[in-house]
Amino acid sequence: MSTLVYINSRNGLAKNALEAVTYGKKLGQDVVVITTGNAEDAVLAKLGEYGASKVLVDRSVTNDDSQQLTRVISKATETTGANTIVFSHDLVAKAVAPRLSVRLKAGLVAGAIAVPNGDTVKVNVFSGKAFGNVKVTSATKIISLLPNSIQPEAIGSSCAVESFDGEAGTANIKLLDTKVPEGDIPLPEAELVVSAGRGLKGPENWGMVEDLAKVLGAATACSRPVADIGWRPHHEHVGQTGVAIRPNLYIAAGISGAIQHLAGVNGSKVIVVINTDSEAPFFKAADYGIIGDAFEVLPRLTEAVKKFKSSN
Amino acid sequence: MKILVCISKSPDTTSKIAFSDNNTKFDENGVQYIVNPYDEWYALVRALELKETNGGSVTIATVGGAEDDAVMRKALAIGADDAVRINAVATDAYAVALQIAEYAKSNGFDLILTGKETINYNGSQVGGMIAEALDLPFVSLASKLDVNGATASLETEIVGGVQSVEVNIPAVISCAKGMAEQRIPNMRGIMAARTKPLTVVEPAAIDTLTSFESYELPAAKSACKMIDPANMDELVELLHNEAKVI
Repeated sequence: MSTLVYINSRNGLAKNALEAVTYGKKLGQDVVVITTGNAEDAVLAKLGEYGASKVLVDRSVTNDDSQQLTRVISKATETTGANTIVFSHDLVAKAVAPRLSVRLKAGLVAGAIAVPNGDTVKVNVFSGKAFGNVKVTSATKIISLLPNSIQPEAIGSSCAVESFDGEAGTANIKLLDTKVPEGDIPLPEAELVVSAGRGLKGPENWGMVEDLAKVLGAATACSRPVADIGWRPHHEHVGQTGVAIRPNLYIAAGISGAIQHLAGVNGSKVIVVINTDSEAPFFKAADYGIIGDAFEVLPRLTEAVKKFKSSN
Repeated sequence: MKILVCISKSPDTTSKIAFSDNNTKFDENGVQYIVNPYDEWYALVRALELKETNGGSVTIATVGGAEDDAVMRKALAIGADDAVRINAVATDAYAVALQIAEYAKSNGFDLILTGKETINYNGSQVGGMIAEALDLPFVSLASKLDVNGATASLETEIVGGVQSVEVNIPAVISCAKGMAEQRIPNMRGIMAARTKPLTVVEPAAIDTLTSFESYELPAAKSACKMIDPANMDELVELLHNEAKVI
């Protein structure tokens, strides 16, 4: 029996793709990767280092159409005889994994945060306020792993890359335009995140948030009101209605910590809260708290990080 | 244009999350159920706006028992024309999606809308599953939706950005932030909802593929360590040596 891991390799090998392959390897079976698009063989072969024995690539599919990807992955499941299919729970997986579940009549564990424990897999439920242990009763299983739940582990050497005809058929969705701001670290994948809220008083003050993010190598994020009034772009909004993230470090400046905001960040490993109001609810969810003015604390923290980086 | 909006109930966002029966069941004690916010604010309200511009009808559907009628009446009060409750226990996303697909199959909808996920299970599964069961295109996490004749134009989230796409209807769409603004039902809507048709449909024979065996609450967070705002070197030192995140 084998495990099939789908990865999106359109922009090279993202960290969450390596996580998915590592996760597949931890399930203890032979791991075959299926991907589409134009990534070079030499790039895809590196997946062997994370435990793949082979990479199948269907170069005829160059977009993220859920019907085409479902047909390709379904065909690859049949070809490899896989009994488990692993996704990284990103935006593409959210469209494709449910389709595949119906097509293969395979139970889907959406949003897994750990390797299986016996016959159950742990997932986030109630917007991060609790965990559930899900059992799949069908013979074939699909597990969609939340990004940043495990670390990629390089253990082997590069593997073979084979062309694969997944019989993708035609796409029904016509792509008109893509807007991706250049140079930013995508929020869902970021390990370090610096975030700010209305306490920063205006978009012109975001320079100090960006400065800190830059010295840390972190992504920037914001609270809902800040995105709603247009100080920051919507894709930076973390919280219940925005993006849910689980970075290693989340630094929040001038955010009070409403329950809807916490729902998007409570999977973070370490939370640092900077707020002038000692009664801000966010301090209850924080690991480290600073009662102080973000306008003074952020630049000071940036300097401290710079000093630390130059001496390490 | 005939639009179907899939509705799930969810506990009010401020509900205390607790479990009973040896942590195998969600403790409903004192919990107020609401229409899942993403189904309501984004999917249902956008469906109503499309009906107001293009004409047609908005039907809401759920899978559940008679106890869910109250939540369906709330959704009717916001403006849906009629409601369908498929009379089965919502055992997992697969069963829910296939029940709704089975109903939709014989009713010729032009659009099937869902919220981006429920706030209790966060699976983001039902929309894609319905689409596959009906062999329809699926646009997930759409933040904009317009319909012009047989074509739907959408904006949809991609990692770190936005994509504009077009798709021929019928299609299934999961709706995310940006789609519409919340509508508060008025008294007339609430009164009208009492007499709008709520049809109970008997379920098809559908398997369940997954089950929640147990639940757990996160370990209590240890007290927040307060740091002197003048001493950011200390914070950096703690993040490096104690938390080991930088």
